[in-house]
Amino acid sequence: MSQNTATAPATTIEPDEDRTLIDRLRSMQSIWILGVLVVIVAVFGVLQPTLFLAYNNLMNIAQNVSIWAVIAVGMTFVIITSGIDLSVGSVLVFSSVISAKVMASIGDKGWSTAIIGTVIALVSGLLWGALNGWLVAKAKVPALIVTLGTLSIALGAAQIITGGIDIRSAPEVLQTTVGYGRVAGVPVITVLALVVVVLGGIVLHRTKFGRYTFAIGSNELAARRVGIAVDRKLIEVYALAGLLSGLAGQMALAQYGTTTIAGQSLTNLNVIAAVVIGGTSIFGGQGSMLGTMVGLFIPAVLLSGFVITGVSPFWQTVAVGAILITAVYIDQHRRAAAARGGRARARTRRTASPSEAPAAQ
Amino acid sequence: MTAILEARGLSRAFGHVQALDHADFDVASGEVVALIGDNGAGKSTMVKALTGNLEVDSGEVFFHGERVHFATPQDASERGIEVVHQDLALAPHLDPTQNMFLGREIMRSGLAGRLGFMNERRMRQDARAAFSSLGSAVRSVTTPVGDMSGGQKQSVAIARAVAWANQVLFLDEPTAALGVVQTRNVLDMIRRVRDQGVAVVLISHSMPHVLAVADRIQVLRLGRRVTTIPAEGATVEQLVGAMTGALDEHEIDRSEIA
Repeated sequence: MSQNTATAPATTIEPDEDRTLIDRLRSMQSIWILGVLVVIVAVFGVLQPTLFLAYNNLMNIAQNVSIWAVIAVGMTFVIITSGIDLSVGSVLVFSSVISAKVMASIGDKGWSTAIIGTVIALVSGLLWGALNGWLVAKAKVPALIVTLGTLSIALGAAQIITGGIDIRSAPEVLQTTVGYGRVAGVPVITVLALVVVVLGGIVLHRTKFGRYTFAIGSNELAARRVGIAVDRKLIEVYALAGLLSGLAGQMALAQYGTTTIAGQSLTNLNVIAAVVIGGTSIFGGQGSMLGTMVGLFIPAVLLSGFVITGVSPFWQTVAVGAILITAVYIDQHRRAAAARGGRARARTRRTASPSEAPAAQ
Repeated sequence: MTAILEARGLSRAFGHVQALDHADFDVASGEVVALIGDNGAGKSTMVKALTGNLEVDSGEVFFHGERVHFATPQDASERGIEVVHQDLALAPHLDPTQNMFLGREIMRSGLAGRLGFMNERRMRQDARAAFSSLGSAVRSVTTPVGDMSGGQKQSVAIARAVAWANQVLFLDEPTAALGVVQTRNVLDMIRRVRDQGVAVVLISHSMPHVLAVADRIQVLRLGRRVTTIPAEGATVEQLVGAMTGALDEHEIDRSEIA
C-alpha cells in the first residue's frame, strides 16, 4: 500500500454545506438574466418614473403575466425532463370551453357553479396532460409530436363543441371576485398565480418529485438504473402541466368573461420562450422556477415600457426574440466555459467532456 | 475462503451466439477478483447475469451459500450488490450527494417527509463521510458531477456504489478512460473497499491494473471460465495466454496450483 501515501488525493472536502445564499445565487444559470430584467426596469424607470413605476402599472404587468405564469410552472417541469408541451394553449381553450359550457347549462351564476366549473376545467386539463404523458412515456412518441397532435385535437374539439363561437357566460362571481378582484391591492388572479408559482418552486427544488424531474432530464438511463419509475414520473409531470393549463383556462374565463378560442395560438411558444429565457435548458436537467418567472416578466415589462415610452409595441416581439436567442447563446457559452474550467482545474484530458461520459453507450 | 457470491454452470445464448457456456464464477468477502477475457468472452454477460440485469437459460447463483434469483437490479441492490457501469450512470446536472442518494433519498421525518421533503443536510453529511473514507478525489459534494473530471466522476460512481454495496461491488472497466494519477486513485479506492470487507469484482482489459489490485484472476474464454490464477506471481504473458487459449491445459493446471 505504498501507493496510498504517494498518491493520497486531496481529500479535504469543502464544507460547502453552509454555502451562503449569495454563493448559491451566483452559481445559478438564471442569475444574470435577473440582472437583465433589473436593467430593463431601471431604464424605463428613469425614462418615465411616474408612469412606469406607478403602482397600478406594476400591478397591470403582474396581472398580465399571471395566466402564463401558471402554465409556465408546468412547462418548467416538462422542459427540465427534456420534454416539451406545445398543447398548453389548446388545453387551456378546451378546459375553459367545457367549463363554460357546463356552467352555462347549470344556469346559476353563483359560487357553486363557479366551483363546479373550476373542478371540470382542472379535470379536463389533468386528463389531457395525462394523455400527453402516457403517449410520451409509454407509447414512446416524441413529446414534440405528441403535444403538436394534442394541440390540434384539443383546439379542434373545442371548436366542434362551440361551433367556433366563444362562450360569453362566465358566472358573475368568477369575474367580479377572481377576474377584477383585488386582495390588499393585488389582483386576485396574481395572488393565485403567485401561490401556484411558490408551490411549484418548492416542489421542484425541495422535494423528491422535483429531484426526480431533474434526474430524468439529466440522464434518463441513470434514473432507470437506480430504480426510479421514470415512465410514471413522466406521466405525472405532463399531467401536472395539463392540470395547470386547465387552471389557467378557468382563470382566463374569470379574467376575460369569455372563452378565448382564437386567442391562445401563441401561448405555448410565449411560455416556452419565457422558460428558456429563464435559464431552463431545453436539453433537460437544468432549470429553476425563479428563472422562469424572470423570463416571464422580461417580455411583459418590455411591452409595458414600450407603450409608456411611446415606442411601437411591435418592437416588443422583436426584442423578446433577440433576448431569447442571446439568453441561450450566453448560457451555452457559460456552460462550455465552466466545463473547460472544471477540466483545467482537475488536469484532465480535454477529450473528456462532461456530457460525454454519462452519455456513452 | 468461502464464496459470498457464486455462479455454477451459467448458460445464456443470444440467437446462435453462446455468450455463456456453463460458466462458473466465485468471489469471497474482502478479496478483489478480476474477471478478464477477450472481447466477446462473456464478461459483460456474466456481470449482467449476476446482478439481475439479465436472465440466464440455465445455471444457478448462490449468495452466502443460498440459491438466489435476481429478477431486477433492485433485487441485487437489496442484498448489497452494486455495479459501477462503464458509462457510470451518473446524472451530470446533479451533485455527488444527489447522485449518491438518487432513488434512495433520505426523507425528513414526519409530515414533511410524507410530503416529499428530503433531509438534504443528512444526505450531504453521509456523502461527505463516504467520500472521505474512500479517499475520493471529490472535493465538493455540491458541485454538479458534469463539471468534474473523469477521475472524479469515476470516484463518485464508485463511492455511490460502495455506499450501498456492503456485500459485493462490480466495477466494469473503471480505469478505461482515466489518466495515470486518476487510475492510481481508483485502484487505491478499490483496495480500501476490499479492506472494508466487501467482495470486489473487477472487469478490466488492462492487465497491469488487474495485476496491481486483484487477489485472484478468473479468465473467461468463449463463455467459460477456463482458469483461476492467483494474482501473486502471475505475469501479463500468462494472463494473455489464458485469455487467448495460447496456454495449453497442462500449463493452466499448473498455474492454478501455484
